Amino acid sequence: MAELSKKDEPVDATPNVSEVAEIDAHSEEEAVAAIEAPVERGEPILQVRNLVKHFPLTQGILFKKQVGAVKAVDGVSFDLYQGETLGIVGESGCGKSTVAKLLMNLERATAGEIFYKGQDITRLSGRALKAVRRNIQMVFQDPYTSLNPRMTVGDIIGEPFDIHPEVAPKGDRRKRVQELLDVVGLNPEYINRYPHQFSGGQRQRIGIARGLALNPEIIICDEPVSALDVSVQAQVINLMERLQDEFNLSYIFIAHDLSIVRHISDRVGVMYLGKVAEIGTDVQIYDHPTHPYTQALLSAVPVPDPESREGRERIILTGDVPSPANPPSGCRFRTRCWKAQDKCATEVPLLAVPERFKGSDSPAAHESACHFAEEKDVVHAA
Amino acid sequence: MSIIDKTDAVLEPRAEDFDGPLLEVRDLHVEFHTRDGVAKAVNGVNYTVDAGETLAVLGESGSGKSVTAQAIMGILDMPPGRISKGEIMFRGQDLLKLTEEERRRIRGRRIAMIFQDALSSLNPVLSVGYQLGEMFRVHQGLSKKDAKAKAIEMMDRVKIPAAAARVNDYPHQFSGGMRQRIMIAMALALEPDLIIADEPTTALDVTVQAQVMDLLAELQREYRMGLILITHDLGVVADVADKIAVMYAGRIVERAPVHELYKSPAHPYTKGLLDSIPRLDQKGQELYAIKGLPPNLTRIPSGCAFNPRCPKAQDICRTDVPPLHPVTAADGTELVGRASACHFWKETING
Repeated sequence: MAELSKKDEPVDATPNVSEVAEIDAHSEEEAVAAIEAPVERGEPILQVRNLVKHFPLTQGILFKKQVGAVKAVDGVSFDLYQGETLGIVGESGCGKSTVAKLLMNLERATAGEIFYKGQDITRLSGRALKAVRRNIQMVFQDPYTSLNPRMTVGDIIGEPFDIHPEVAPKGDRRKRVQELLDVVGLNPEYINRYPHQFSGGQRQRIGIARGLALNPEIIICDEPVSALDVSVQAQVINLMERLQDEFNLSYIFIAHDLSIVRHISDRVGVMYLGKVAEIGTDVQIYDHPTHPYTQALLSAVPVPDPESREGRERIILTGDVPSPANPPSGCRFRTRCWKAQDKCATEVPLLAVPERFKGSDSPAAHESACHFAEEKDVVHAA
Repeated sequence: MSIIDKTDAVLEPRAEDFDGPLLEVRDLHVEFHTRDGVAKAVNGVNYTVDAGETLAVLGESGSGKSVTAQAIMGILDMPPGRISKGEIMFRGQDLLKLTEEERRRIRGRRIAMIFQDALSSLNPVLSVGYQLGEMFRVHQGLSKKDAKAKAIEMMDRVKIPAAAARVNDYPHQFSGGMRQRIMIAMALALEPDLIIADEPTTALDVTVQAQVMDLLAELQREYRMGLILITHDLGVVADVADKIAVMYAGRIVERAPVHELYKSPAHPYTKGLLDSIPRLDQKGQELYAIKGLPPNLTRIPSGCAFNPRCPKAQDICRTDVPPLHPVTAADGTELVGRASACHFWKETING
């Protein structure tokens, strides 16, 4: 059909068409070039602006009518700098995993932009998108379900090469997979084994090796150690830190275990109901939190030190997280917040350095989305 | 569903006259017969729990902590499981010698259990009120109506808002924290003497976890129950436990009051676990990691089961199983309630 319609077109229209195509190819060329270009350490590699993802709620069978939306992610902005680890913490249902999927372009964003090296990946397609996907890889939470039980370890780790053959030529692949196994601390001779022959920690290493296969620049880790035993968690965390130095990776580290996030992260973002409540360096967030939610979250974490259990002040929140399909007006945390006033129900607090800390160089001067932000040290309080 | 006779003479007096420990597990051995051989899940566990006391059983998956609890409850799958040796003394009576009918009377009424995953432990096709009321109908022979009234009362007690309105709701209509509260209500329904909580908060978010643990501790104080808390989370243990038993490969490797365990661990495994928690002053450094993997229970290493992963292992560790030594302080004074199953506990505790 396409051939036919081309012939039918008037002769004078042809140059126009080819011109348009040329421009497209040209901009794609540029995009690919921008994506391949290296980024200096400490420069932003990923910039997320007002990212929104709403999942529609429909009713009816034949004529689906949208009756609302689950606002899983509702205006999230942050930067990821080259070579750093950005931790994202929050309770289940706060949208942290949806953010991960959006960054991977596994879900299409409802609105907002994700700039990878200046290119908005929500708008890319074709070759440029493929190049982006090569550079952003993911490590999943559950090493038991994220590996195909019918494929050998060699096939699992080598599968990315089928899609991006330019990274490893066909003859080289086996050798490359064995190198990767060695890098993550597994015996290269295990290449023909199946996932069930490995323990949880070893499977997570396989998942990490798969993530590393295409030499990505960013790895998004969605709860990479929460399914592992305590004694094995430390091994995997150490491996990830070593790989970051070795391959100059940037991590987005999503987890609910706050002590592990603090250990591995340079900066930490706290999410609540689809929004970022507070973001800053690890010292700013853990030692000088200004958002009530962060304070409650930190004080609720059980501390492995029985000495502290009598002296510690604990903020115990009442109730559960509200449904993201129908979030509270104004500040989303107000229904569980002990500081909430009338203003909180009407005005949405913006994520910014609070007015009272502006210009000061105290560690409390970091972005916090609360009208009544004030510093409170909950971790060391005795 | 038969009604368990409520006027039953064997156990009915609340046995106030008995002054031994509430529960005493003696030299318990449990094994599972599988196609790959015999998996020795529990290999000689001893512990005691008194009324009003919280014992935390700490261990990784496969350490035998849940199997021990199932053996106490009498809900072990047999076969493939088999209790090859040991006694479980509850108020001076060996549970393992009772008939199945006698155990049923104890289960739920005297010893109750809270499971980890509330969604899969509740029946999705029955309302929570019906499931809660079942305790009263079966054990006390109440009518449906009375049982439902009792169920509402229990839901109120575990602080479920609008209990009367929600009693006919189904488990999927509750959030994770609320479901766990229903599990707690069910366990507490008949005011048992002992509650076994198997990872009660693992599936919950930290803010909800704090609510649930607080509730559990409060109710435990109120009823003066014994509590066995099974967990792998060193933080939760530090918050609520009175004493701790650390398990590894089916044995207790260390036993201590909670404060002392964290201050001066006497077993290399406990020490390794504590060291592998990220600490503030270690930021940017490598975390301490216990090398290797937990052993396969069908092939437990000879000698001390921890020897292939232990930094202190010597020849004796590979040949002799270390007994649970009582631990003494450096000057020889006895430390109450402390014991360690390590040949070199002296060296471990002193640095």
